[in-house]
Amino acid sequence: MSILLKVENLSRSFGGIHANSDISFDVKEGEILGVIGPNGAGKSTLFDLITGFTKSDRGQVILRDKNITNIRPDLICRMGVGRTFQKLKPFADQTLLENVIVGALVKEKNLKVARDKALEIIDFVDLIEKRHHYAKELSTGQRKRLELARALATDPKLLLMDEVTGGVDQRTIPGLVELVLKLKKNGITVVTIEHNMKIIMDISDRILALNQGKRIAFDIPKNISQNSQVIDAYLGKVDAA
Amino acid sequence: MTSQVVIQAIISGILMGLIYALIAAGLSLIFGLMEIVNFAHGDHLMVSMFSAFWFWMLFGIDPIYSIPLTILVMAVLGIATHYFIIRKILNSTMLVQICATFGLAVAIRALAQFFFTPDFRTIKNPIIQGKFEIAGIFIGQPQLYASLVCLIAFILLYLFVTKTETGTALQATAQDRQAAEILGIPSNKMFALGWAIGLSCVAVAGSMLSNFYYVFPDVGVNFSLFAFVAVALGGFGSITGSLIAGIIIGIVESVGGLLIDPSFKLLYVFAVYLFVVIARPQGIFGRY
Amino acid sequence: MINNFSAKLLEAKNEPLWYFNKNSLIIIGVVVLGLLLFPFTSPSKFAIHLMMMIFMHAVMAQSWNVLAGFSGQISLGHAIFFGIGAYASAYFYVKFQITPWIGILIGIGISGLIAMLIGIPILRLKGHYFAIATLLIGISFQVVFQRWPEVGSSSGLWIPINRESPWSSMQFHKSKVAYYYISLIFFIASFFLVWLLNRSKLGYRLRAIRDQSDAASSLGIHVSKYKIIAFIISAMIMAPMGSIYAQYVLIVDPNNAFNVDISILVLLISVMGGVGNIWGPIIGSAILIPISEFSRIYFGGTGHSIDLIVYGVLIIIICIFRPAGIVSLIPRSFREREKAK
Repeated sequence: MSILLKVENLSRSFGGIHANSDISFDVKEGEILGVIGPNGAGKSTLFDLITGFTKSDRGQVILRDKNITNIRPDLICRMGVGRTFQKLKPFADQTLLENVIVGALVKEKNLKVARDKALEIIDFVDLIEKRHHYAKELSTGQRKRLELARALATDPKLLLMDEVTGGVDQRTIPGLVELVLKLKKNGITVVTIEHNMKIIMDISDRILALNQGKRIAFDIPKNISQNSQVIDAYLGKVDAA
Repeated sequence: MTSQVVIQAIISGILMGLIYALIAAGLSLIFGLMEIVNFAHGDHLMVSMFSAFWFWMLFGIDPIYSIPLTILVMAVLGIATHYFIIRKILNSTMLVQICATFGLAVAIRALAQFFFTPDFRTIKNPIIQGKFEIAGIFIGQPQLYASLVCLIAFILLYLFVTKTETGTALQATAQDRQAAEILGIPSNKMFALGWAIGLSCVAVAGSMLSNFYYVFPDVGVNFSLFAFVAVALGGFGSITGSLIAGIIIGIVESVGGLLIDPSFKLLYVFAVYLFVVIARPQGIFGRY
Repeated sequence: MINNFSAKLLEAKNEPLWYFNKNSLIIIGVVVLGLLLFPFTSPSKFAIHLMMMIFMHAVMAQSWNVLAGFSGQISLGHAIFFGIGAYASAYFYVKFQITPWIGILIGIGISGLIAMLIGIPILRLKGHYFAIATLLIGISFQVVFQRWPEVGSSSGLWIPINRESPWSSMQFHKSKVAYYYISLIFFIASFFLVWLLNRSKLGYRLRAIRDQSDAASSLGIHVSKYKIIAFIISAMIMAPMGSIYAQYVLIVDPNNAFNVDISILVLLISVMGGVGNIWGPIIGSAILIPISEFSRIYFGGTGHSIDLIVYGVLIIIICIFRPAGIVSLIPRSFREREKAK
């Protein structure tokens, strides 16, 4: 498998806080990379740095062979990187369909074609019946699917998902997990931040562990679960794996 | 263009700047508390000036002595504004909040025009009048005393906010409304207090201004704009910032008018605004 | 399972992209016809004037609405573009005898250009900062034009009266009907333009920016570029109204062209009618302009202050009680309810 994304020495500080310090890792095409770390470890900052929402102090982000460090977010999207947000940002007063069409417009010039593509993606996430519902009327789990669908509509090669199962009730989680696996089956490389240890250990091909802005481990799940630094960072937080 | 003339301009600028600073402090306080820009701030200043004028015109009370009365008037007005209007739009969109205080500005100005007529008024023979001369520099007494009073008011405000219990409660509400509530600080009352204090600042400034400035319904417009610039420059929510920013604006206005062209004073101040807001959005001390 | 979903998907794809409510179309058609025939019912001069004012202010409010409703930026100085349109056509007629019909186009062009120049630095500003900047710019324009000899400084430009060739000089002294039709055409054109905008890719992108500009950015939308586009379109819709107004009153000065009252009224009409909705400006204009015109008659000079008191109070009341505007009082049409099922 070739390398799709390479991150080298990525660093960013806010005032005195080192949100990310010299983070390096790579993402292989077609894999699911899990990103774990206690709250405040710098996971979302990492996403913001990769997708251009925050400027890095040092370091590089390389997509395939293109250096995409500090490029505008919309350009990064056009290059094939999609993302969802931890704090959901649906277009509340627009329908699910309208939300996803916005994503589809990145690649489709024709509005009708974009609409059809949006419908296919909405079908993919199993929300076709709710296509005309306003985003604000959807449940949290459905909104997570909306964000996913919206990002998928941009035809990403790489999808960064920020906490898919956060704030969602237990019954909805398996469906969401199934969705993530479906993405992999469809050839999309996924990097996902997750707090739910069991899920992340189950679905990830490799895991990147962060703590206090630094990378403390980058390995296959089996080794991560036995990594003393990771266990330390998570003391008391590990679910029975 | 002698250096004396320039120094004169700088001093006038600083004096005027202290007045701008107090006005801006009021605006900044209100914004720091509830993230609402009072687009009617200049018109509230206008009301204070008229208040001072009418106390003099109808009851013969000199502006210096009517300050407490005007403070009372404006504090009540501030609390009323909060109670009847602001309270209802605290959770609305920014569009609604901007339009609401903008509408208030329009209404206040038009009411003043209707009831007071557009005529320019002046207070004749106030207690404070005349000029000083120091080394060839002329300083009008009204301007000097106005700045001093505003400076004192500013210091009192600063001490109140940082040293008193209520002041600390205000700061807490400004930083995190919900956390403050949990600690037992009633945010609604804090907001009302914020409006009362914010408009009291304007009351002091307005009273002192009425000593030497024409009083008319549209007088607040330019002060509004200068206040916005000062708050943006100093940093929304920062009282210290208002002081420095106010003085800077006073100097820019005065020296700009001297060196370039007095009729474009507003443009210089506007240029400052643009520069600040693009180069350093959070202002000198801001946290927004 | 798979078959079920495919069926639903196919059904969804067969839905039309846009729903046309037959009833609305018929009503619109009837109204437009009525407006076209209105002058033939021998209305009074005042009635024609009133209708003209309603049309023009509706267009101006549509302009403001494109900016606020589409990209979420609130402009408190929209009179700028009205003034530019007015001065442009007046200036080129007075100095170069260029017919105002071309003058309107020149005004549109200059407005668009200025919108771009102003927009680039200030559109990246958030909410309050942007609003304040527009206030400052609005007043700055007035100050500059008051001291610019080339355009007549405070006295402004006086358009010489021309009774011989009404069409080429766009001055109609015998009756106002021609002005009526001109403003009606712009009224219909602006409605059509906004309608098209609503249904276009640009419309989708702008609405995305309005609702969540970060998310929009992550979905491939260059936020600042599109905000500037919206600003330019907004300016270009506003400018012709200034030009027509100049031809109507035949004098353009910094006070009537860049008046903050215009900015206020345009904002009020949009907010009252309903921001972000194509019908908002029309409803707002149809209600507010008659009020303003009648108060001018009954209250004379002081009527101006009373006008403003009413405007100010109305804005506050709407903001508190019905921020979504009058449009939100109209029950969702049948097709909307169908869609939501």
